[in-house]
Amino acid sequence: MEKSEHLNLYQEMVVIRRIEERAAELYQKGKIGGFLHLYIGQEAVSVGIGSIRQPQDRLITAYRDHGWAISAGIDPKYVMAELLGKVDGTSQGKGGSMHMADTELNFWGGHAVVGAHIPIAAGMALGDVYQGNDDAVTICMFGDGATNIGFFHEGLNLSKVWNLPVLWVCENNQYGMGTSVERASAVSEIRQKAEGYGMPNNRIEGMNVMTVREETSKVLEEVRNGGGPYLLEIVTYRFRGHSMGDPERYREKDEVKKWEDEDPIGVFRNYLLEEEIASEEELDEQDEEAEVIVDEAVDFAESSPDPDDEALFEHIYAEPTPVEYRGYAMAQESEEK
Amino acid sequence: MARMTMREAISKALWEEMERDENVFIQGEEVGVWGGTYAVTKGFLDRFGEKRVRDTPIAEAAIVGSAIGAALVGLRPVAELMTINFAFAAMDHIVNEAPKLHYMFGGQFKLPLVIRAVSGGGRQLAATHSQTPDAIFAHFPGLKVVSPGTPADAKGLLKSAIRSDDPVLFIENATLYQAKGEVPEDEDYLEPIGKSKIQREGEDVTIVAYSKTVQLAMEAADMLAEDGIEAEIVDLRSLRPLDMEPVIESFKRTNRAVVAEEGWRGYGVGSEVSARIYELAFDYVDAPVKRVAQAEVPLPYNQRLEQLAIVQTEDIYNAAKEVIYG
Repeated sequence: MEKSEHLNLYQEMVVIRRIEERAAELYQKGKIGGFLHLYIGQEAVSVGIGSIRQPQDRLITAYRDHGWAISAGIDPKYVMAELLGKVDGTSQGKGGSMHMADTELNFWGGHAVVGAHIPIAAGMALGDVYQGNDDAVTICMFGDGATNIGFFHEGLNLSKVWNLPVLWVCENNQYGMGTSVERASAVSEIRQKAEGYGMPNNRIEGMNVMTVREETSKVLEEVRNGGGPYLLEIVTYRFRGHSMGDPERYREKDEVKKWEDEDPIGVFRNYLLEEEIASEEELDEQDEEAEVIVDEAVDFAESSPDPDDEALFEHIYAEPTPVEYRGYAMAQESEEK
Repeated sequence: MARMTMREAISKALWEEMERDENVFIQGEEVGVWGGTYAVTKGFLDRFGEKRVRDTPIAEAAIVGSAIGAALVGLRPVAELMTINFAFAAMDHIVNEAPKLHYMFGGQFKLPLVIRAVSGGGRQLAATHSQTPDAIFAHFPGLKVVSPGTPADAKGLLKSAIRSDDPVLFIENATLYQAKGEVPEDEDYLEPIGKSKIQREGEDVTIVAYSKTVQLAMEAADMLAEDGIEAEIVDLRSLRPLDMEPVIESFKRTNRAVVAEEGWRGYGVGSEVSARIYELAFDYVDAPVKRVAQAEVPLPYNQRLEQLAIVQTEDIYNAAKEVIYG
């Protein structure tokens, strides 16, 4: 791997970290509404997988999606604009924190109902098989909590029955909101659930971006080469609460502290220094560049306008369709003027 | 024109669309080897093969969810639910995913998706298999809900649904599969989604109906005609978008209306339509709008009890008489 690529991975992790920290501040100031689920602590997963994903590989994830949006290639300024509900956001201010996507980058969201995107991912892979896109893989991310809901089991079963090219990736951050894996799942290793579907599987450590890259790369190619669906469990940890309103009664400070010692950014920084791939100065430079990118993203988002009132009635349907009860009148207006 | 049953009309629409566009495929429980629980896809597997006629596990969320995914990436899936009663097992995907994705991602996602489902009671299947919960689905902006009452409309509307770039729930009625009518043979015969249609003209009373109640209203109109009453039947055909124009236009002439649906009265299609009549034509009201609907009970197995609960031609006939004579 080239030095520049190492530095890119490092910078991307720092950008995601800083975007999330700024998002937390903006949330406290009331500029971001709704729920805000921060990705802090899990950066090695999205950055690692994002760096080996091929353009034809479809990516779909759950609601903790800011890191994924950036790792999918979306400019952080559009991510920040969406957080602020602005017209320049990834979803024009209509989706918010949990619903970011860019279909041109083959990034399909950002889905907020736990597990509901899992059968959808199977269908996307079916679409590729149907259309003869033989080298495309659908990479479907979800949390540990999603593996206890029916959608997961229906989706995995279907993918195996139809031998679909899906890489199922469980980002196991060890808590579904405040309920630990042990308290919610009959098996503590999520990968075991693949056994019931005769599906190959593995469990790897997720705090080291190089490990994530190497291990995921192997199985991604296995799926790409016709191996059928695969379940990869990546063990990680979120340093912040589930969302901004989390009292964190379910875990001890010591536990969080222990995982913070494995901060993926620190781990990777040390690796780059120990292997003499980069110097302190060079990494500090990356940190500074990341700060500039994030400052610019926030400035861009703050100066982006709100969607206009008309946007309320746009995109209900793709085809021109009368809007019901618009202005409490018999509406015959077409939304696509 | 050719005379055919509703089943044949639906089957023909599907067949023609699959012949026309390779991206159209069907998936669901027993659509392939079995030939469709209601024989709608009989012969499809032999003609189109396993790739395009896909038997699925009994897993409704997977059936609808994967159809959404396939639609997102450019296909035109027709997902068949054996009955609408099983749609509840896929409720999140039908009402909380499909209707939201285009809007929520700022117009990036397109869902050219059809979900076919069979509604209606009267076949002694007891409470969990006999419902007509159509109105529930019509509650959600972003979903189109279509339910034809004649074979011709079934063909023309299903073809429009398959060609539509929006998610459409296409509701068929189990007891209408044998209903016969004249159907245009043109392969590009399309009926517009979101347009009500006058199925019979009359000047004395407006009967608003859709799906099975269109057939019942036709019979009731014949009975009323014998009494010298001319009923106008407006077939909604789609519940969302709901086209009130022909209803209001008719009501302004007749000043009296009955709204007949097979489902329950409370929070139902009749509730919506009658409220809109009052909102849009209050000055034309000569009598309170009557809602005809099934008894507010879980449907029983016993044949006599079930028939007592579901809407009969006489209920529509009696309601029309009441709005005319008070």
